[in-house]
Amino acid sequence: MSDVRLFKPRFNPAKPVFNIIVFLLYLFLLAPLIIVFVVSFASNQYLSFPPEGFTLKWYQALPSETIFVDGMKVSLIVALLVTVVVLAIGVPAALALQRFEFKSKAAFESFFLSPLLTPSIVLALGMVLLFGPLNLTNTYAGIIIGHVAITIPFVIRTTIMSLATADTSCEDAARILGAGPWTVFRRVTLPIIRPGVIAGGVIAFIVSFDEAVISLFVAESGLPTLPVQVLRYVENSADAAVAALSVILILISLAVVIVVERVMGLRKALN
Amino acid sequence: MTALQTPPATAGSRRELQPGVLEAAANKRRKRTYLALLIPGILGLLVSFVFPLLYMVRMSFNEGAPDGVVINTFTFDTYIKPLTDPYYWQVTFNTFKMGLTVGVLCLIVSYPIALFLVRSTSRFKGLLLAIAIAPLLTSAVVRTYGWMVILGTNGLVNTSLESMGLISTPLKLTNNMTGVTIGLVEIFMPYAILAMISGFGRLSPQLEEAAGSLGASKFQVFMRVTLPLSLPGVFTAFLLVFVMSISTFITPRLLGGGSVQVLATEIYDQTTGLLNWPFAAALSVILLVLFGTIIAVYQRIVKKIGG
Repeated sequence: MSDVRLFKPRFNPAKPVFNIIVFLLYLFLLAPLIIVFVVSFASNQYLSFPPEGFTLKWYQALPSETIFVDGMKVSLIVALLVTVVVLAIGVPAALALQRFEFKSKAAFESFFLSPLLTPSIVLALGMVLLFGPLNLTNTYAGIIIGHVAITIPFVIRTTIMSLATADTSCEDAARILGAGPWTVFRRVTLPIIRPGVIAGGVIAFIVSFDEAVISLFVAESGLPTLPVQVLRYVENSADAAVAALSVILILISLAVVIVVERVMGLRKALN
Repeated sequence: MTALQTPPATAGSRRELQPGVLEAAANKRRKRTYLALLIPGILGLLVSFVFPLLYMVRMSFNEGAPDGVVINTFTFDTYIKPLTDPYYWQVTFNTFKMGLTVGVLCLIVSYPIALFLVRSTSRFKGLLLAIAIAPLLTSAVVRTYGWMVILGTNGLVNTSLESMGLISTPLKLTNNMTGVTIGLVEIFMPYAILAMISGFGRLSPQLEEAAGSLGASKFQVFMRVTLPLSLPGVFTAFLLVFVMSISTFITPRLLGGGSVQVLATEIYDQTTGLLNWPFAAALSVILLVLFGTIIAVYQRIVKKIGG
């Protein structure tokens, strides 16, 4: 009898209860995203519940909303350039931190990750103070420099992670066969660490694209990015017009999530 | 093959050098390489991170005059006001209270999900994990907007409760601390879940099973095995959420609607509204010092527990 009891799973009432709690908490976590999605297709003229019918009018109205179109243009240009700059300076730094031994290496590594531990409002204020006299406020250069600080930790981290797990014997082999350092990097190292570089790049893109605080301080009046435009709009009225735009922003984030998950795993890239 | 044959041509002259010299030359070359690789990144961070912060610290010792004029001087006056005016003590107190509340609530709602994900053997585990952390990469503005739609006067919660006849006047869930807290708890959940999962390393189903087969009840297993082993992850998650809460700006701004005053919103108001740059800089330095102290104390505690 006791043998049978050991192997037969007894009904445990705690388990379904726990699973229901987890399901409800997931619902809470996803609630704002789900609700934005629902509202964006609701035909109610003013924000109210329940939705009265299905419509695409909010989406059709988007191309004529100049503040959003202009904001989108600014945000895309900024995010693309930030990605290029931050990969160009971040990947070599990660290479130095992972492949070379030198004094105070750990200090350099924490230095490169430290913007993540700095409140963005403090950083944003410092930037607007410094960039003002240099005529960098309300310029692309100003926003891009500002975003480099907050995106470089992600690129460094994902690249270091790829370098750490990569087998160095191929690089050694190429070197012994006479390849120069640049050739080794371009033909051997880069293909091996490509997942880390791609993951770092797309995370940098989305972090810059979604960033609101630095952009607000550095360029609110002259060159508002899309998050700044949305912020200003929502501050005045949280109506349904901005829901369709929000869904598009969520879909862009989703695309980034899928790319990162495919190339190196979301948890590895963000932890 | 030709590539292999080239090195000996130069090696002949090298052979006469002493090994130490050769090593020194190689070291020098390596040093030049890693410096060349590091310098663009260092310059990038100097311009975008170090210089702005240093300039801000210097600015905090200047004097602010009306209309955004800054008088170049060296004074501690900007620090005396926030440290003596009860209003700023209240703002700092609000900030800490919000950080603590959001931290504790965020732990409570994130813990079951993290535990579920660590234990799960489902083939959807990867997908469920991705769904739990994916909101981290969506815009905070968009998620805050979502909460405004849910909690607003004509929002989902109020209209549902009204149609069910449970309330006659809408509950006030936005433009106050309640709304800000609910929004922040949800926004920081993915961070808490990530930190907890990483900190749950020593937790294993075998240990729980062992305790169970030795006669412990479900509750005892949880209190004596699961909970103690998951505490490191819980502490990290709490600290992370706490420091992010006390410095966050967008959610208190939007869901607070101007009636929730915390350090971050105060810094913004001092700059855009009042153009008092030195004072805003001093508030930022105070926030930065609070932030740094908490992290330093935490790392001390972790070291003590770990060692």
